[in-house]
Amino acid sequence: MKYLDEYRQRDSIEKVAAEIARLNTRPWTIMEVCGGQTHAIVKYGLQQFLPAAVELVHGPGCPVCVTPLEAIDRAIAIASRPEVIFCSFGDMLRVPGSDRDLLSVKAAGGDIRIVYSPLQAVTLAEENPDREVVFFAIGFETTAPANAMAVFLAREKGLRNFSLLVSHFLVPPAIESICSAKNCRVQGFLAAGHVCAVMGYEQYPPLARKYQIPIVVTGFEPLDILEGVMLCLRQLEEGSCRVENQYARAVERHGNLPAQEMVRQVFEVVDQNWRGVGAVAASGLRLRQDFALFDAGRRFCTDIIARADTSGCISGEIMQGHKKPGDCPHFGNSCRPEKPLGAPMVSSEGACAAYYGYRRQEPANEH
Amino acid sequence: MCLGIPGRVEAFLNTEPLERSARVSFGGISREVNLAYVPEADVGDYVIVHVGFAISRVNEDEARRIFRYLEEIGELGEP
Ligand code: SF4
Repeated sequence: MKYLDEYRQRDSIEKVAAEIARLNTRPWTIMEVCGGQTHAIVKYGLQQFLPAAVELVHGPGCPVCVTPLEAIDRAIAIASRPEVIFCSFGDMLRVPGSDRDLLSVKAAGGDIRIVYSPLQAVTLAEENPDREVVFFAIGFETTAPANAMAVFLAREKGLRNFSLLVSHFLVPPAIESICSAKNCRVQGFLAAGHVCAVMGYEQYPPLARKYQIPIVVTGFEPLDILEGVMLCLRQLEEGSCRVENQYARAVERHGNLPAQEMVRQVFEVVDQNWRGVGAVAASGLRLRQDFALFDAGRRFCTDIIARADTSGCISGEIMQGHKKPGDCPHFGNSCRPEKPLGAPMVSSEGACAAYYGYRRQEPANEH
Repeated sequence: MCLGIPGRVEAFLNTEPLERSARVSFGGISREVNLAYVPEADVGDYVIVHVGFAISRVNEDEARRIFRYLEEIGELGEP
């Protein structure tokens, strides 16, 4: 496929790898922020193309992984109601809540539908006027424009039986929270290309300056990721801390303005709790007052008490770059994709599921 | 769910601004995609699609940049 195959060719990858080896003089730790990048790194065994001194650690950019326990519990409560058609991306069904997951609600007769776009949920609401259609609106800046449009269209169409259960996250505050931690190991970032396709990257230069850290906007194919590493490494070796754009074929400095405008109309920024990581100031979105009627949390007044996660999952330490999936005592034992203990073992973008799925390709220098 | 992929705009299905949509082909499989956020995208263009929405149009010239660079380092690497 065009724009995919050519970025997966081994000879191109090896050329960039040789350039990285030529540039590298010292150990460096670089974090890729997005779970899609984590998946590609593990799937294509990209660590093996890097010098042993260059370590990639995996960031918090998997929305399935960071959606807090209380949001899952709330989804389960709403999806269990007989009048509700609960629509979700497929990955969310197996994320463990406090007692059970959405899949077990479905098995017990709950009307849960897997959709790939929020617009399908809007169509379901139009087709089922006597049912309540709820869409589980999770994600980062990449899905926010789609979810915002779904609500906006639902209002235009006068739908009264459509609502969103919102669990939205913003990436730059998470990067800042990782950088500002005392024990931060990360020396350079590969920023998530598609988040920047929507939001642009004007938010990053102040972060790069404040924390003296290079940030490279990076795509998702093997060649993209290695070029991102190369650009980041070149800056590290020469002591610079700029923002660079590796993924210019899809990302412009100011991002996608119509998408940003729609997100601003529908959502407002709030503090958000990240599963495993904890609360991060101004790192989430909720529906504005104008759209309060479409807020499933209010519509169904779910009384969910936030409970502590007692599973023993160390996802927070992994997503902040302190540990790798293999460091978790549950990995591959009590936690496997068929029976996940924590969310990163569920989604293909979760670091634990990626390591488990491709563990034979796991490079020898990984620790 | 968060993996955005490039697809080729084949034919428009709806031209209302907010519901502007087209059939987009992903190497054989095609799907209806909302194009409200890429008003500049036309038939034949490649767009990056996320959860049923195009979030950006692929810039062909920029897409070739890495290969120009690889040629350059390849040439410099020759003895
Ligand atoms: S292996 Fe399972 S329990 Fe351990 S960090 Fe990963 S998801 Fe959590």
